[in-house]
Amino acid sequence: MLDLYSPGTSRLHRARAGWKLLALMAFGTAIFLTDTLWHVLAAGGVVVALFLLSGLTLRQAWAQVRPAIWILAILFVVQGIINSWALGAFVVARFAVLLTAAGLLTLTTRASDMIDAITFGLGFLRPVGVNPAKVGLTFSLALRFIPVLGQITQEVREAQKARGLERSLIAVALPVAIRTIKMADDVADAIDARGYRP
Amino acid sequence: MIELRDVDLSFGDRAVLRGVSLRLSERRIGVIGANGSGKSSFMRLLNGLVLPNRGTVTVDGLDTGTHGKDVRRKVGFVFQNPDNQIVFPVVEEDLAFGMKNLDLPKDQIAARINEVLARYDMTDLREYPAHLLSGGQKQLLAISGVLVMEPDWLVLDEPTTLLDLRNTRRIARAIDGVNQHVIMATHDLDLIAGFDRVILFDQGKVALDGPPAEVVPAYERMMG
Ligand SMILES: Nc1ncnc2c1ncn2[C@@H]1O[C@H](COP(=O)(O)OP(=O)(O)OP(=O)(O)O)[C@@H](O)[C@H]1O
Ligand SMILES: [Mg+2]
Repeated sequence: MLDLYSPGTSRLHRARAGWKLLALMAFGTAIFLTDTLWHVLAAGGVVVALFLLSGLTLRQAWAQVRPAIWILAILFVVQGIINSWALGAFVVARFAVLLTAAGLLTLTTRASDMIDAITFGLGFLRPVGVNPAKVGLTFSLALRFIPVLGQITQEVREAQKARGLERSLIAVALPVAIRTIKMADDVADAIDARGYRP
Repeated sequence: MIELRDVDLSFGDRAVLRGVSLRLSERRIGVIGANGSGKSSFMRLLNGLVLPNRGTVTVDGLDTGTHGKDVRRKVGFVFQNPDNQIVFPVVEEDLAFGMKNLDLPKDQIAARINEVLARYDMTDLREYPAHLLSGGQKQLLAISGVLVMEPDWLVLDEPTTLLDLRNTRRIARAIDGVNQHVIMATHDLDLIAGFDRVILFDQGKVALDGPPAEVVPAYERMMG
């Protein structure tokens, strides 16, 4: 999940981030408009083929769905009980294909290109006071600091484990929160020091 | 030249620096002192991250309060924890971050990135996720991100505190090799042994200021 970009030189890697983003949006819309299972499965086949054509592996494709597997399972059961198992399968397939397609985009697109595309795409909001560059920076910071937060949580949990406190929510959450706030302060300073000009 | 004139700094009613006047022009300046003596606060004054409550700080005549952006172009800053100053998820993207704000042409951005990666033996890491780098590599990336901006001064606040011996030496070599004027705060007295000048802080005041051969032993006596 976190090793977002997977370097490569395929056509998909080289395609403009903006086009890929638009294509994903169109693809997602189409997937949600159709109500035929084999359409969805065919779309899934196309996505998987694109993975292989881009030099990625089936394992990487599966890794896009795996983190959501429990949510998909719950979705399947709930739909199955309320409506029908066929609908459950359809809904789950639709989400899985969409997740895989979105994963394909992030694996073949550098964060900075994606952010430039988002920044460009949001340009039309400038007149109403939105600064697209700031939105773009927000996205990249989120991407950058998800693993760091994970690591902080891990460290705190280990430290509390050593004291037998790993099951106490407060003993873990509080130090994590404090370190995160302190870090946010430092990061803001660093962005300033590195000459960021929104 | 960086000049501090009769600078006071406080947070709330806590005085952190008192009556600091210094003219800094040497190529290698070390800053030492006990925990809480005011080193970091002093360093943060130098590029306008904090502003004095009294007195002035100027860089080549530019006041840090009124010319913050220009001052930060001249004075690059490296923090203790590189994790907090790497802003982009991938090495190459992070190096480009500051330069994008300079409106440099694309090929020049690429050239500077190539140059700095080659200099620190990190060419293979160009597309590597920043969070998977080792501590030493992260700090080198943080320093590189500052160097590509080509500042006149490189200010470093305990850049080796989180590093092992090998990486400390690697960073020390890197710092040794830069063309910039360097101001470095550290608790590792070996790092500043060859510096031109060392400033010792004690309770927010400059306690001693001179060559390392004079200041470092005095500090060691002071610490007992
Ligand atoms: N943002 C702040 N708010 C309040 N007090 C602060 C702040 N920053 C620093 N201080 C206080 O200022 C004093 C000097 O801190 P500073 O970080 O400059 O010391 P230092 O010499 O860098 O110490 P160390 O060796 O531990 O890094 C300390 O007493 C500290 O508690
Ligand atoms: Mg400090």
